[in-house]
Amino acid sequence: MKKGRLLVLAAALAGCALLAVSAASAGGSHRSVSDTLVFGTAADPVILDGPLVSDGESLRPINQIFEGLVGLKPGTTQVVPLLATSWQANKTGLQWTFKLRQGVLFQDGTPFNAAAVCFNFNRWYNFPGPLQNQGVSYYWNTVFGDFAHPAQGNPGPGQGLYKGCKPVGKYTVILSLNRPSSSFLGALSLTNFGMASPTALVKYKADAGTVDNNGVFHPAGTFGTQHPIGTGPYMLQSWTVGDKLVLVRNPHYWGTPAKLARIIFKPISDNAARLQALQTGEIQGYDLVDPADVPTIQKTSSLKLLSRPAFNIGYVGINQSYKPFDNVLVREALAYGLDRKSVVDSFYAGRGQVADQFLPTSLVGYATKGVPQYPYDPAKAKQLLQQAGLTLPVPVDFWYPTNVSRPYMPNPQQNAEAFGASLNNSGFKVTFHSAPWRPDYLSSVQAGKAEVFLLGWTGDFGDPADFLNIHFGAQGTEFGFNNPSLFSLLTKADEEPNLEKRAALYQQASVEVMKFLPVVPYVHSSPALAFQKNVDGYQPSPVSLEPFSTVYFGK
Amino acid sequence: MLRFVVRRLLLLVPILLGLSILVFLWIRLLPGSPAQALLGERATPQLIKQIRHEYHLDRPLYEQYWGYLTTIAHGDFGVSISSRRSVAWEFGQRFPATVELALAAMIFAIALGIPLGFLAAKRYGGWFDQVSLVGSLLGISIPIFFLGLVLKWIFAVKLGWLPSIGREDVLATRPHPTNLYVLDAIIRGDGGALWDAIKHLILPAVALGSIPLAIVARITRAAVLDVQNDDYVRTARAKGLAPRIVDTRHVLRNALLPVSTIIGLQTGLLLSGAILTETVFDWPGIGTWLEAAIFNRDYPVIQGGLLFVAVVFVLVNLLVDVSYAVINPRIRVS
Repeated sequence: MKKGRLLVLAAALAGCALLAVSAASAGGSHRSVSDTLVFGTAADPVILDGPLVSDGESLRPINQIFEGLVGLKPGTTQVVPLLATSWQANKTGLQWTFKLRQGVLFQDGTPFNAAAVCFNFNRWYNFPGPLQNQGVSYYWNTVFGDFAHPAQGNPGPGQGLYKGCKPVGKYTVILSLNRPSSSFLGALSLTNFGMASPTALVKYKADAGTVDNNGVFHPAGTFGTQHPIGTGPYMLQSWTVGDKLVLVRNPHYWGTPAKLARIIFKPISDNAARLQALQTGEIQGYDLVDPADVPTIQKTSSLKLLSRPAFNIGYVGINQSYKPFDNVLVREALAYGLDRKSVVDSFYAGRGQVADQFLPTSLVGYATKGVPQYPYDPAKAKQLLQQAGLTLPVPVDFWYPTNVSRPYMPNPQQNAEAFGASLNNSGFKVTFHSAPWRPDYLSSVQAGKAEVFLLGWTGDFGDPADFLNIHFGAQGTEFGFNNPSLFSLLTKADEEPNLEKRAALYQQASVEVMKFLPVVPYVHSSPALAFQKNVDGYQPSPVSLEPFSTVYFGK
Repeated sequence: MLRFVVRRLLLLVPILLGLSILVFLWIRLLPGSPAQALLGERATPQLIKQIRHEYHLDRPLYEQYWGYLTTIAHGDFGVSISSRRSVAWEFGQRFPATVELALAAMIFAIALGIPLGFLAAKRYGGWFDQVSLVGSLLGISIPIFFLGLVLKWIFAVKLGWLPSIGREDVLATRPHPTNLYVLDAIIRGDGGALWDAIKHLILPAVALGSIPLAIVARITRAAVLDVQNDDYVRTARAKGLAPRIVDTRHVLRNALLPVSTIIGLQTGLLLSGAILTETVFDWPGIGTWLEAAIFNRDYPVIQGGLLFVAVVFVLVNLLVDVSYAVINPRIRVS
């Protein structure tokens, strides 16, 4: 037995020693390395090839490695020169001439010039069949749409926006379109349309691969996994899937060099784990902060919160194929019956503003006058319903999603219940209908099964077409209406090359949407990012794509 | 013995076939589609239709299953729909992480569980026994994710003694030829890397090992209580053998037989991936991989991943059966 006791004692001593050694090396976790920033992400990127992705976690590192012809002024959606120094549309709006920046090199030493620009556009336009899949090249499909050699069912030459790219001399290119569109300039600022080194695209076989029995594309090359080469301030050093992605400063960058030598993107899928890693100092920042964690971060003196400018819209959608919602008086009654202010005040942790129209305030086309207002007014709602010849209460099938938190609706159930109560006070009788966000809810709403529903949208790029035309530019099952005058107004606005006239047309469309009420917008919210207090120079972008080249450690 | 092993391995074929049918049908009974999961708000009905067509999801089920079976018969487990990487490659990347964590958790559970159970039995009814009983109850009943969060909050956030996420310091740039970080560090003779890997293992291993620890301790206690009153133990004592020799040679060795069964089963379970522990500690293993795949309706990963896991589980059980023979020669005779 004596020996047994000795064993227990030895085990206890070993335990103490272990903790003592780990305490001695505690500096390892509470560290501050001045030349490297570790940023916690929600997931791994899919592939580091802009035109082939649509998810934010892929676009984040791509945005540091690649640059497009145009960019966005930091913190705004205003289009500014990047690899193109200026541009001009011709009178018809069908030809756009871009003057290119001179003396720029890709990270592999290949010169950036007009030929390189057209090489990239030709690559996208000539994507082989598997890469034409909307799930793969979503943004080319959405913005330009057509392919030189369309796979079955895809639009061919002349059936989309893109017509061709022509180099004129070494530093000028002309992009030709099949129809006038002004939103395409904003779309060119998308990270997806960054310029890649033609040498690297060929050398590392960016488009080579096979399709398996499941119809999934297997890339054979290594461009998007090991050799993504652009002109940006950072270059890829290594990417260990599931562990980390390391970027290092591009020493030959044409612009202001990146302030930090290294950026590490560390995937941490769990929100609570990201917060704790920030608290321990293992990471120095992360986004997609859970609103429930905001008070904890605010109370911690070593941390700080930043806000992305609101670039989203939360709305109550109305499907007009269901009677009596085809009657605008009933839709107005619904708008008056929704207590939007109290929902925004109660459930957005101070990060929401009540929306009086579909476009976010920062966007061109946001209307400052003439927008019909629908303050919470139960009496007015009842009066409108009676005016429509209905017997009160009017039944409403109100849909909301479960198992989801979006920037524009952190807790859909709370929103739905509060709206339900205010509608029940306003002459309606609400029946709730909930479904899991993925996959039932969205497919039901899009298939037109939901009468009245909660939904929202976060913008992809700084253009009103990305909000208004996408939702209300054509007849669809989701909203179930046919309004040719609204459709033609939105098409006209999209095609107008003069920016001032275009803004005026979108302002007019914004007002028309609020008169027609296909949806009742209720919130624009500002998503939060969390950082260690000494991280400076990070400028949140409304479209969630921030450059890391300006980030540094202050005191 | 060889015949026994071969028979068990052959049994793997119908098991895997049955499992493949079950998994195949189960994931197709789940509502939704990969397109919906991939694109969220941006998935239009036309797009969903197109993706269903391209992934052959609009074909009859038997046709889809036959296509699936023929490809896996050629050793091709497909490509993940969401990451576009080969399922077999992803499994190879992630399985070592799960193995390392499962082994660490089992070492923790065995190293503490067997002595605790043995001492509790020797002090049957005493305070040590009572305390260990309460301890095991707590070990079994505390949810792992809660224990994990508490451990992290104390040892990582408040005390700063141990890291809270991952398998090694995020700033480290070390090669990992086997992807077993502890083994890699030993092979390289890199003491710093070894300590770094162990430091990252401690909290998740303790959290994950808490349930096996409690089970091993209780089973050891019960087995020791059972064995120590057997005739041969009394005979050994009557012959005047030293108590230590009686305990180690006669009591413990016989008591270990049921314990080894439990250890084997628990190891098999842990190797299937511990979703909660892996999520809380951001451990890049099989558990988080399968969880994300189910969430994203990533059919190839769910199908391939579960088949791999089933093979591992069956092989571990086979190893347990074989190990009986080593621990208890009487089984070999029978």
